[in-house]
Amino acid sequence: MRREIKFGGFGGQGIILMGNIVGKASAKYDGKNAVFTPSYGPEARGGAASSNIVIDEEEIDYPYVTKPDVLVVMSQEAYEKYAPSLKDDGILIIDEDLVHLKNGVGRVAKIPSTRIAEKLGKRIVANIVMLGFFAGVTKLISYKAIRKAVLESVPPKFKELNEEALEKGYKYGIKWREE
Amino acid sequence: MRIEFYNGNVASAEGAIHAGCKFFAGYPITPSTEIAEHMALRLPQVGGVFIQMEDELASMAAILGASWGGVKSMTATSGPGFSLMMENIGLGAMTETPCVIVNVQRGGPSTGMPTLVGQADVMQARWGSHGDYEIIALSPSSPQECFDMTIRAFNLAEEYRVPVIILMDESVAHMSEKVMIPDEKDIKLVERKKASVPPSEYLPYKADDFVPEMACAGEGYNVHVTGLTHDEKGYPQATSPEVQEKLVRRLCDKIRENEEKIRDIEEIEMEDAKIALVSFGISARSCKSAMKKARKDGYKVGIIRLKTIWPFPEKYFEEISEKVKKFIVVEINYGQIKLEVERMVGRKKVVLLPKMGGDIHKPEEIYGKIKEVHNGN
Amino acid sequence: MEIEGEHHPLDEYLRADRIPHIWCPGCGLGTVLNGFLHALEETDIDLKNLAIVSGIGCTGRIAGYINVDSYHTTHGRAIPFATGLKLANPKLKVVVISGDGDLFAIGGNHFIHAARRNIDMTVICVNNYNYGMTGGQLGPTTPLESKTTTTPYGNIEHPFNLCHVAHASGAVYVARWTALHARRMKDSIKEALNKKGFSFVEIIASCPTTYGRRNKMPTGLDTMKYYKEKSVIKHGIEPEKADIEIGGEIIVGKFVDIEKPTFNEEVEKLIRRFHK
Repeated sequence: MRREIKFGGFGGQGIILMGNIVGKASAKYDGKNAVFTPSYGPEARGGAASSNIVIDEEEIDYPYVTKPDVLVVMSQEAYEKYAPSLKDDGILIIDEDLVHLKNGVGRVAKIPSTRIAEKLGKRIVANIVMLGFFAGVTKLISYKAIRKAVLESVPPKFKELNEEALEKGYKYGIKWREE
Repeated sequence: MRIEFYNGNVASAEGAIHAGCKFFAGYPITPSTEIAEHMALRLPQVGGVFIQMEDELASMAAILGASWGGVKSMTATSGPGFSLMMENIGLGAMTETPCVIVNVQRGGPSTGMPTLVGQADVMQARWGSHGDYEIIALSPSSPQECFDMTIRAFNLAEEYRVPVIILMDESVAHMSEKVMIPDEKDIKLVERKKASVPPSEYLPYKADDFVPEMACAGEGYNVHVTGLTHDEKGYPQATSPEVQEKLVRRLCDKIRENEEKIRDIEEIEMEDAKIALVSFGISARSCKSAMKKARKDGYKVGIIRLKTIWPFPEKYFEEISEKVKKFIVVEINYGQIKLEVERMVGRKKVVLLPKMGGDIHKPEEIYGKIKEVHNGN
Repeated sequence: MEIEGEHHPLDEYLRADRIPHIWCPGCGLGTVLNGFLHALEETDIDLKNLAIVSGIGCTGRIAGYINVDSYHTTHGRAIPFATGLKLANPKLKVVVISGDGDLFAIGGNHFIHAARRNIDMTVICVNNYNYGMTGGQLGPTTPLESKTTTTPYGNIEHPFNLCHVAHASGAVYVARWTALHARRMKDSIKEALNKKGFSFVEIIASCPTTYGRRNKMPTGLDTMKYYKEKSVIKHGIEPEKADIEIGGEIIVGKFVDIEKPTFNEEVEKLIRRFHK
């Protein structure tokens, strides 16, 4: 079944990488079809960034995300910009320290991903924590697949750190599911 | 075989590497830059040369030079750079120099929309350089096709000794998808015909079957290559209408007469189709979504997807127009391929669903147009 | 035209079936071609590996008269074409011979960047102060006040000092002669051909038909006399001090001869990192 996922944040948070990893995980390691399309402003840092993924067991024709089933946001601006497009029964996933919810939107899953990353020693892995959380919450990709995709997308000397970040996020996600 | 997750640009660059491309000259331009970046990374690994030139005039000239140096060569650009390349694309056509040019189309005219999609360079690809000549242009709809078609582009360039253009679009270039990379032994490559006679008997522009044998620099053939009108010896004959007649006819006919061999069309649900969506590149994917829904709702609609745009499949359209009632041309421009379809099937049968650029067609708009055409509005 | 029993020592270098050439009586290009071929004769360059590339214009036609692999490209683009040729096949000796308008107006940007990159090639520019083939228009080297068909009241543009441009852009060898200095020109071309990297020789040559006629030098001989009177040899002078002014002295000589790594060498180093 066609699933649309959107990641949003600001440039420099690794939003584009997140999309790429999810696409790679499902296309290469989960054996599904996936299309990933990035979109970013002309600024290299600080501007709005989003990445879009469509996952389907069937062939994917139209490649873009129009009404996401899952929206993952890591900035207030991205939340305000993209939340209205979320499907009625969609899941909103946020970094609870970076996004303040305005009005009630369906299901919300919160994680302090940046804070967790800081505790791990590198704020920059917040996106990987968030990816783990996304995988745990939605189960749209297997942990095995996303783990492989993360490991091949990060520099070798940061593999352990990223693996830890992913796992922390994933467990947090499983916990959310159970609750 | 291995599976990668590549965007169209990277897939095209990998296709070039797998086709044996050993030289890339280019100038950075959005949305094609990843091709240059990937070639800069990969070429030294395979013993090739990457050079970033001072502009696209130089890039195009350099790949022609490299081709005469005996290697397969390529450049990549977008609209504004493509305009600058026209001068030496003409030289490439005139001197029959195999090479590949990727044009990742963005919204135009002029600087237009650098980061957003367009498909409005279709006619420029065909007619952009001055004078009469023919060119080959391919249009991929997915990263997998970017890979496969880049290899085919090199093969066609080598076979017909002509610059081959890959008319990509920003959407396909920037979307990432699964790309299957075959083992080397499973990739069929075509190489240019080398001079088969000794230098004393060799005529560089004599062609028995349209395409002359090519002797490159350093092979001992003392070839003179010129952009002037030239005879079979390669010597300028710039005041001879007879030589011009013979040369230009051959430059055009070597492509025209081989159109059916070059042609690559994907027909989807065309067996009983009364309405055909004619499309290419990213637009064809929106068409597919719309077609599937329309079929479910009982409309007899199919898709003609042009994987080769130039030479235009004239005979194909002549034949198919006998069974198709209406053609809806879906393209991200204000009517370019539409003109070609009209030329072959008549204006009355053609409906244009244009988009000026910056976005791709939503399947719903195409579906709406199918309904409208079906209902005779 | 073949004269029975006559054999010119340079015949083997020429495409005899293309002679007579298109150049006017009194034109300096024949002298340059002669000088180039004599220089070639004195080097060890294997003709099989020599490639001549030219752009458009009277000088551009030189490529078509020499019996080696030769490429007559588009206006201004000889250098980038030659760049591709050399990088694709490093064993080639690549020589660009073209005019001042071709190399420094429409092709100026390519010249400075090839020099900056130190692409391994020799560029010979025949500077005749105007666009000869199109009938004598203003060029990038036309001296101030000179009359051309597009400066009927005298040139108001400051001309390029080509050797200064070459030097400032990074050429490793820079020399200038006039067509009068046949022997010295030949020697410099020989040095340039033997030089590794981007070498540049400017040859100031007469164009009586379209330039001389309008500037009080109506015959080739007048121009030669002018060169004789005004040329001053100053080897090693800073190229920026070698400006050319109408009526002023023409400073000639070898100005630059330095060593630095070529683009080709750097590329080979890079490739060796992956192919040990």
